[in-house]
Amino acid sequence: MAKVIPRKPLTLAERTYLPQVLGGLKTTFKRMVSPNVTLEYPEERPVIPEGYRGVPTLVKDPDGREKCVSCQLCEFVCPPKAIKIFPGEIPEDAPTAHVEKAPRDFQIDMLRCIYCGLCQEVCPEEAIFLQEIFSVTGYTRSELVYNKQKLYELGGTLPDRHFKWEKKRQAAERGHQH
Amino acid sequence: MAVDLLIVVGKALAVVVVLMGLCAYTVLAERKVSSWIQNRVGPNRTTLPVIGAIPVLGPMLTRLGLFQPMADGLKFLFKEDILPGHVNKVYYMLAPVIALVPALLTVSVVPFGQYVDADGVTRPLILANLDIGILFIFAISSLGVYAIILAGWAANSKYPFLGGVRASAQMISYELAMGLSVLPVFLWINTPGAPATLSLVAVVDAQAGAWFVLLMPLSALIFLISIFAETNRAPFDMPESESELVGGFHTEYSSFKFGLFFVAEYAHMIVGSAILVLLFFGGWHPLPWLTLADLGLAGGVLGGVLSTLVFLAKTLLVVFFFIWVRWTVPRFRYDQVMRIGWRMLLPLAIANLIAYVLFLAWWVTR
Repeated sequence: MAKVIPRKPLTLAERTYLPQVLGGLKTTFKRMVSPNVTLEYPEERPVIPEGYRGVPTLVKDPDGREKCVSCQLCEFVCPPKAIKIFPGEIPEDAPTAHVEKAPRDFQIDMLRCIYCGLCQEVCPEEAIFLQEIFSVTGYTRSELVYNKQKLYELGGTLPDRHFKWEKKRQAAERGHQH
Repeated sequence: MAVDLLIVVGKALAVVVVLMGLCAYTVLAERKVSSWIQNRVGPNRTTLPVIGAIPVLGPMLTRLGLFQPMADGLKFLFKEDILPGHVNKVYYMLAPVIALVPALLTVSVVPFGQYVDADGVTRPLILANLDIGILFIFAISSLGVYAIILAGWAANSKYPFLGGVRASAQMISYELAMGLSVLPVFLWINTPGAPATLSLVAVVDAQAGAWFVLLMPLSALIFLISIFAETNRAPFDMPESESELVGGFHTEYSSFKFGLFFVAEYAHMIVGSAILVLLFFGGWHPLPWLTLADLGLAGGVLGGVLSTLVFLAKTLLVVFFFIWVRWTVPRFRYDQVMRIGWRMLLPLAIANLIAYVLFLAWWVTR
């Protein structure tokens, strides 16, 4: 059964609309003198929260070593197939030769990327991160396929908690005792 | 003779140019005030090459959006002027002109200041000091509704037509209350025996003491509400009502023709505010019971400039009030507009008139 809410008849003051109009004017005046909420975008930038999923980027560890070992897990997991990896060898005489592999080129098509973050989640080397860049523009499609150099530029260096390959090297030097 | 004519034309041009400038900047004020009320920033990017580059001043003016009206005006000039195939071409072209002409014509009898000349005679600053000032204004400003009806009819399309019909009903309803609400003012200033006048200058002179808003607040209120309805401003913007009738009477108009309607609306608003100030808020007297003559500032050019400035400031305050109300109050429903007009304002105005007639009759014969 429908509930009937009794309506009180309007008072004379209410029927003139004037008290309500004055109340409204007061409210809008308060708004007028209160500070704006507009973020004037190109000049002001929003605060990017922790864990924001922006553009995927490649990072280096604090020693400046590129972390990607071109295992291609991200390439396989990427739902829109935006990532393309060209695996390569690390030269024998390099200080990090024991890592063995690194990408010769690493391409992410930013027009395909859906910012799902699966690449970051799947990466065993913690080499790919979705960081705070959210605005990607370009004049051509090919311009928006970011190559390895560009991805490292965007990614920069992130702190490392493990130094996995450094530990491996030291362990190998000590004869693999754990 | 020719020089006199030139002076008259010059004065008229000056007044019209100032009015048009005020219209342009009222549009800006509308946008700015609306954005402030909605906690936004409003137009703040348009800039001019040279002035905008002045170190501190340029960015400040840009931020205030002071160059925006020029961009808006240019937009009206350069947009495509569409002449729909289904319109009645003559009336369709005529309507915007008819909208603008009365709006600009009424300003000719609006006094905007006064000065004391070398002979000690007080002269009003006015284009045409008609003895029937207020009557002329009512007569001409109500012509503005023809433009709206004509536009609605000539567009030959349903929404403009509805807008035009609403406009005619609304104008007729509110003009009555408006006319009746100003009658007490003229009863007050016309004492028996003295030469009768309907001049707005006389009204302002009579307010050297108490302003009429203090003597007859109800008249002022009714007049204010009627002005809102007469100038098609929210909450009485029935003819336009963009949420129901697309754009109302100007739905089919574009480019410069729309611009003319736009300017006419704002010109109406400014002239309406000016008349409200003249009738009830003391015209160019800075405060109640305080005139420029009391301060010794009424003489010569200084007096003229000061009185004009005081009058302009008051008018712009009322314009601000118009804008403020527009962004506060939602539009009335059509039946509510009619009810307020016929069943509230009109009886109230008549009762108000009778009350003042009786009071003045007692006062004069006392």
